[in-house]
Amino acid sequence: MSSSGHLVRPYGDTTGDGMVQVSFTLPVPHSKVAEGAAAQLAAKMGIDPALVVHARPMGPDFTFFVVYGRVNHLVNLDEVQVVERDYPLLTPKEANAAIKRALRRRLVVVGGCIGTDAHTVGIDAILNIKGFAGEKGLEYYRELRVVNLGAQVSVPQLVERARAEKADAVLVSQVVTQRDAHLLNTREMSAAFRESYPSDKRPLLVVGGPRFDESMAADLGVDRVFTRGTTPGEVASYLVHRLASKGAAA
Amino acid sequence: MRGKLDLDPAAVKQARSLARKAGRPIVTMARKHTTVAVERATLRLAGLEGADPDGTPWVNRLLDVVRADTGLEHGVALPVWDALLRGEADDLSTLAQKASAGSVTFRLPEGRDADRARRASRKQVGRGIRRIDARRAERDRLIQRFGDAPRTPWIYLIVATGDIYEDIPQAQAAAREGADVIAVIRSTGQSLLDFVPEGATREGFAGTYATQENFRLMRAALDDTSKELGRYVRLTNYASGLCMPEIAALAGLERLDMMLNDSMYGILFRDINPVRTFVDQRFSRQVHARAGIIINTGEDNYLTTADAVEAAHTVTTSQLLNEYFAKEAGLGDWQLGLGHAFEIDPDVPDSFRLELAHALLARELFPNAPLKWMPPTRHMTGDVFRGYLLDGFFNLVGALTGQGILLVGMMTEAVVTPWLSDRDLALQNVRYVMNAAGNLHEDFRPEPDGFIAQRARQVLGESIDLLDQILDHEHGLLDAIADGTFGLMKRPQDGGKGLDGVARKSSAYYNPASEILEEK
Repeated sequence: MSSSGHLVRPYGDTTGDGMVQVSFTLPVPHSKVAEGAAAQLAAKMGIDPALVVHARPMGPDFTFFVVYGRVNHLVNLDEVQVVERDYPLLTPKEANAAIKRALRRRLVVVGGCIGTDAHTVGIDAILNIKGFAGEKGLEYYRELRVVNLGAQVSVPQLVERARAEKADAVLVSQVVTQRDAHLLNTREMSAAFRESYPSDKRPLLVVGGPRFDESMAADLGVDRVFTRGTTPGEVASYLVHRLASKGAAA
Repeated sequence: MRGKLDLDPAAVKQARSLARKAGRPIVTMARKHTTVAVERATLRLAGLEGADPDGTPWVNRLLDVVRADTGLEHGVALPVWDALLRGEADDLSTLAQKASAGSVTFRLPEGRDADRARRASRKQVGRGIRRIDARRAERDRLIQRFGDAPRTPWIYLIVATGDIYEDIPQAQAAAREGADVIAVIRSTGQSLLDFVPEGATREGFAGTYATQENFRLMRAALDDTSKELGRYVRLTNYASGLCMPEIAALAGLERLDMMLNDSMYGILFRDINPVRTFVDQRFSRQVHARAGIIINTGEDNYLTTADAVEAAHTVTTSQLLNEYFAKEAGLGDWQLGLGHAFEIDPDVPDSFRLELAHALLARELFPNAPLKWMPPTRHMTGDVFRGYLLDGFFNLVGALTGQGILLVGMMTEAVVTPWLSDRDLALQNVRYVMNAAGNLHEDFRPEPDGFIAQRARQVLGESIDLLDQILDHEHGLLDAIADGTFGLMKRPQDGGKGLDGVARKSSAYYNPASEILEEK
């Protein structure tokens, strides 16, 4: 953090130089005018002075630009809002012990990719024993029973399976974001769970994917949103925090 | 001539013979069954097109009625052409409409009625197959007239807007930028639909529906562009999922040039019933063989779900099985775009040497197959700069190992669907590598007992072990698929989607399409 209060600027090679680099395409044939247009856009973005360092025609109608320059904006770190982790990070051993103590049975997790999404990379990284980022997946946790439904699970299938397995938590991964499919699917999923469960019996709903916004949980009707870079340990710790520590406190 | 890896010819022979051993019972099983999709494909070859006002194709409506009246096990041809000969309708399309309205009852003809129905169905389906032959001849003619792709690897680019009318200008732009092959990605839900949607479509998720009309529109647009550019631009789609045989037939009829078509992908990654998949796959490959279509197999998928070093031998094993099934169905070596991918974690020491070893192994095991080389996806993190470098190394492996079809990697993989500038940068990357190092394979000879040669031998050895392990199962490959020998996915023979669309053939079964496709 900067020592001059909580204000920072982008850093090129000198503190406070404010240097950034952007690239974009304009639907203009390559010419001096096109380069001028790129400089104008950069100026309007607050880049001043803007250096159009590269301009390349892409077919007859488009030009691609790389621009370097200085922005005068200040970032106030005090005003930054993020969802900070509000639960303790546990090792698999600690997580297992907490579940055993609180539930006296295994915690059941049902997961899958819903809708037409066929990308199981995310859900597999979290659930498969293989794991992600050097952490073992949830299948590795002795006190977790994991049911991975894989890809293209329909919402009714997911609800039915969650009921059959008596799921404590449902994990849904969404990678495809075209036409906001990830948001539509998630809302459909959360609505279906609200409809088929009494509110106090509903499993914990967790959704994850690279293009989600963590602050959207309430809007999407789910309990938690995980985004890019989430590790299995974080998910497991969250599940324990919400499901096992609640039981322990009661 | 033992190639650059000095692979032991005995080991190569052993691997092939194990693949044949594992595959043969599957072929026997496939011959004994039919599926709703095979029968619908037969109706499509006979010229039945279109859909009812709800969008259900007439081939589905007609087959459903036939199935209710006579069952699936005798095939659709005898009951349908018997009804036509009995004067129930003047043509297939009228028959389908009347059948859906409940005014036709089908029977299984016997004796001379059966002979007549057999002849009539063969005549009509034969016309469809001759149309496929004509489209194949037309492709050859157009390649002669316009010229072929100027070099290998063919540069393969993807469009995926969901809207065929958006796809067309994008595909034409991609071809102008240098693509030799355009693939229209399918809407992700399509593999699990048990019908082929109808007409031109403008709504799809992460891709565009494969329909006969979409095929026709795109092929016509690329013919225009081919003429403009003076080289024939190939078109690719997917013969996979529950409608594999029908889509293969449509691809043949509309002169598509390559089709994604894997022997086990649907089973393992889409949970489609194994019997359904193998039966559908065999028929679809027979059609592709006839249509002169190059298939692309899906081995890259093994590496996106498992560790690319540990699972390297599953790719080789799958390639060997795909080769066996493809040749059994009549495809030639030149039609085998066997798949593999650059998916090793770049943080693994010597990852590039390992990639080189795996790619060279595929090249030397299948010297006459074009091979489809797939770019990194798993370790593309959103750091587009690092991704661009990885794609450069991917291209270099492609150049060094003589890959036939190179799917161009995008630095924005896992970030956005490719932008215009992403595609342009990606093609610059390919051009730079091909221009700078395209002939480097002439100088490149790995040390006979060096890291690359040893690694390739090791992977081949492991794939032989895996094939042995498959054959140790009581029912071979089907049992191995059921118990999760391939990855962690367990797919039992009596599970998965589409099982209710499978029937064991009766002694009266007749299918004119299979009969014609299996001649010669």
